[in-house]
Amino acid sequence: MIKEEKSTIDSLPVLPESSVQLLEELSNAVGVSGNENEIRSIIRREVSSVADNLTTDTIGNLIAVKHAKNDHALRVMVAAHMDEVGFMIVDKESDGIFKFQVVGGIDERALAGKAVQVGKKHAPGVIGACPVHLSTPAEREVILKTENLRIDTGPGSKDIEIGDYATFSTKFKRMGGSFCGKAIDNRIGVATLIELLKNAPDSIELIAAFTVQEEVGLRGAEVAAYNINPDFAFVIDCTPANDQPAWDHSENTLYRTKLGQGPAIYTNDSRTLYDHRLIRYLSDLGDRYGIRYQYRQPASGGTDAGAIHTSRSGIPTISLSVPGRYTHTAASVIRKADWEEHYRLMTVALRHIDADILKENR
Amino acid sequence: MKNLLEKLTQTPGVSGYENEIREVIRKEIEPFADDIQIDVMGNLIARKGIKKSGGKRIMISSHMDEIGLMASHINDKGFVYVATIGGVNPLTCFGARVKFLNGTEGVVYAETKKMDKVPTVDQLFVDVGADSAETCPVKVGDEAVFVRSFLDMGNRVVSKAIDDRIGCLVAIETIKALKDSPNELFFVFSTQEEVGLRGAKTSAFSINPEMGIAIDVTIAADVPHCEPGNPALGKGPCIKVRDGSLIAHPKVIDAMKKAADRAGIEVQMEVLRHAGTDAGAIQLVRSGVPAGCLSIACRYVHSPSEMVDINDVNESVRLLVDLLSNPVDL
Repeated sequence: MIKEEKSTIDSLPVLPESSVQLLEELSNAVGVSGNENEIRSIIRREVSSVADNLTTDTIGNLIAVKHAKNDHALRVMVAAHMDEVGFMIVDKESDGIFKFQVVGGIDERALAGKAVQVGKKHAPGVIGACPVHLSTPAEREVILKTENLRIDTGPGSKDIEIGDYATFSTKFKRMGGSFCGKAIDNRIGVATLIELLKNAPDSIELIAAFTVQEEVGLRGAEVAAYNINPDFAFVIDCTPANDQPAWDHSENTLYRTKLGQGPAIYTNDSRTLYDHRLIRYLSDLGDRYGIRYQYRQPASGGTDAGAIHTSRSGIPTISLSVPGRYTHTAASVIRKADWEEHYRLMTVALRHIDADILKENR
Repeated sequence: MKNLLEKLTQTPGVSGYENEIREVIRKEIEPFADDIQIDVMGNLIARKGIKKSGGKRIMISSHMDEIGLMASHINDKGFVYVATIGGVNPLTCFGARVKFLNGTEGVVYAETKKMDKVPTVDQLFVDVGADSAETCPVKVGDEAVFVRSFLDMGNRVVSKAIDDRIGCLVAIETIKALKDSPNELFFVFSTQEEVGLRGAKTSAFSINPEMGIAIDVTIAADVPHCEPGNPALGKGPCIKVRDGSLIAHPKVIDAMKKAADRAGIEVQMEVLRHAGTDAGAIQLVRSGVPAGCLSIACRYVHSPSEMVDINDVNESVRLLVDLLSNPVDL
């Protein structure tokens, strides 16, 4: 599938059109934290023929292993979380009107008026909002809290129960050089990891961990890392890009990442101070192969790396993310070019990984 | 000992980049340790002795890392915006000098028309003397430490990074002074304490100790109009009862008290409302480890001028040597 000359090591792979279709399917599918079944099924279908070993653990992580040619090869874990932020139904107020809570981090200001899908049968619904005609200027100054909002599915929604999940119902779109959809965080990582697994180099044992419950506290990664205990770990995710000018036209110094600047190498977040040996490994590879990359600004937030790097006696871990605008809203936007470069950098990173990286002490 | 403390405090070692301070400590303890390891997280682990009848495997953890800054954005004019590494108070940053690990020095200031309110971290920047992004020798992700010289006041000493190089000093002096012990001792000079007790967590997993003790500073409550508390400078080592990360194991507290009694050392009991030490991470590793903390009262913690009393340091070494030389009953 990869258009790559095997004879020239410097040739770089290209993401096939099929992976965009897969991203579309994954973005449209529903998998809020704790309820990742649907996503896991798609991944199983995609990787069952290429993985040497495919298991689902107790918490729900899907672990796919591709063996190396040799016995004593490095064991490299690549983690991508399957779950997305969303909602949970917590009370039935009247026929078709439901109270709900947020699962994972969603800004309450981005809720009112959004179309959602609810429950096991993806029943269509909407998070209701007062029409502008009827609200007073004073009311419009107030941010609506989740507890004051309701999901309206229309009467007769018998299948919806308390404890059911809901998520945005945005359909995936191609917009010029960008893609737009819900749950791009982190179906982009899932789609990338599937492609990496299909094209795994035989020099390493590649352990692909499709993790659960990242959005509620890196819970899947915690147990996956303990169980796998790899020599190295890479985490691939989608990271916020708040890269447009500030509303008051002051200098934007807090963009985190910028679209169109390539994949983002993490330096520091709430849970991880990234291993400088691996930061340098990725940036050196980017320089050598002419793959664009950027450093994610040190700031709050985090990835599965937070749980993985302090597992057991410590695991050398790095995060490489695709920058995404409007993440954790109904519609996030990424650049296809950033994804391409992300895939290339991950491909060469897996191809060249070597225990010598750790020769120099951290 | 003050010379060594000066060297320890003046060597940079911001969380995540502890290699330079680690080398200083390694050279200091090498002749006195039976085995030295450096792990994935950069922890320096020195073993002394082997477990004998009545002895235990004991982990003693002092963190090597110090708080600092990390470059987050270089603007067109060459100013370096920063994120904090560990609990840096922006109040202590106006006019402070910092040194990036590549050697670049700079002055910290903040976006403010008048110096009349506490800046947020987002408003802090470092002026490294560059006049454009292109000529700025710092890039996003580079770390810096505060620059502040060592001050010897006799009984009292002042420096940046007393937290927790003073703990490192106590551990080093203890390793040097220990003669014979039934215990197998693992002295950990840990990494990344200031960002969440991370080095202690992974090293404790490797060591799998039967008891854990952190050596760290605690907030001295003997300065004007401070938050009420017990620890005071010069009143002896503090035995921690609790902080935000730990309720010390009662038998570890007992063992520390008994050691103090045996050696005739005056101690203070310490209850801290917030914060944490490596002991908080050690206690939760694997199936749980009885853990406690020996603290040294320190004024102006997390400012570039932290102050301790040298007598507290000497007494802490004596307490620890006695504690670790004898069987511990848990």
